[in-house]
Amino acid sequence: MPVDQLARETGWEVKPEGACRKEQCVPLPPGTLRDGQVDLAAFAERMGRPLLHDEPAGLWSLGPSGGGRAMTTVQAPDLVLPTLTGEPFPLAALRGKKVLIAAWASW
Amino acid sequence: MDASAAAAAPFAAGVDFPVVVDSGHRLGELFGVVNVPSGIWVDEDGTVVRPPETAYPAPPTFASYDLEDPKVVASLPAAAVSRLRTVQPHLKAMQIDPEGYVGALRDWVAHGPASRFALSAEEVLERSRPRPAEQAQAAAAFALGQHLHAAGSPEPAVAWFRESHRLQPDNWTYRRQAWSLADPAQGPTEQYDGHWLADVEREGAEHYYAPLELEPRRRG
Repeated sequence: MPVDQLARETGWEVKPEGACRKEQCVPLPPGTLRDGQVDLAAFAERMGRPLLHDEPAGLWSLGPSGGGRAMTTVQAPDLVLPTLTGEPFPLAALRGKKVLIAAWASW
Repeated sequence: MDASAAAAAPFAAGVDFPVVVDSGHRLGELFGVVNVPSGIWVDEDGTVVRPPETAYPAPPTFASYDLEDPKVVASLPAAAVSRLRTVQPHLKAMQIDPEGYVGALRDWVAHGPASRFALSAEEVLERSRPRPAEQAQAAAAFALGQHLHAAGSPEPAVAWFRESHRLQPDNWTYRRQAWSLADPAQGPTEQYDGHWLADVEREGAEHYYAPLELEPRRRG
């Protein structure tokens, strides 16, 4: 996967010295970064994240880190989700206000 | 947490707060949401001060119909009355505390960090759900299911949904979403072993939501 796509999807910037997000950096095995491409399987394994593959559809799905708790920091993640009309809406747009994230569904 | 904006939109008409669509259940992945409705509090600086917990703004409408009242019964379609007679005892047994929750929320709005309901960072993390490796896999499997379903491949989607249910059996959002795609009433289907009523009866409606623990935990 291209370095910039991984950064967009996960917040992790892969550099020659390792993967970094904000102040946190994790060294990666040699060869994880090659010609601007990240070896996703090596990245996932080092980060303790599952990587599932749907072969017929050619899809990969990267899960969250396992082994700890659902939340590892109280800093709100850089979550961006589409509005009902499809525009990207970052949670960070509400900084400066108290926010109640109300999770609901029609079912 | 619906599969699409189209499914959610009728329920969000006319509201004056931002509404976003979380078809991949990022709220489950990032915070540990496992049922709806759930609430998460984030302060002005972007710090989470309460992790996901059951967040009913009012008692559920379906629990409020008085089926002993002939006028109420006459006003509803017969099928709805029959369904309500089955479901209502379960809805009434669920542990929700709308009054307590709304009271705590109003207290936080008024007093901010001085509110006793705004939890310490340590307690927020401690209260967030444990995530064993198989539940991390469940999140990845569920996201594949939603993606494949949206892409018009319902059969492989079912396989991934089933895998997410196997890996994290206590996650109601994975189950309810998958069941509702197979049958909007979440009744028995060929695709899934369980369905809403059967699973609620088996597990007990009183365990459907974790009990609200509004007060901060006291430390010794």
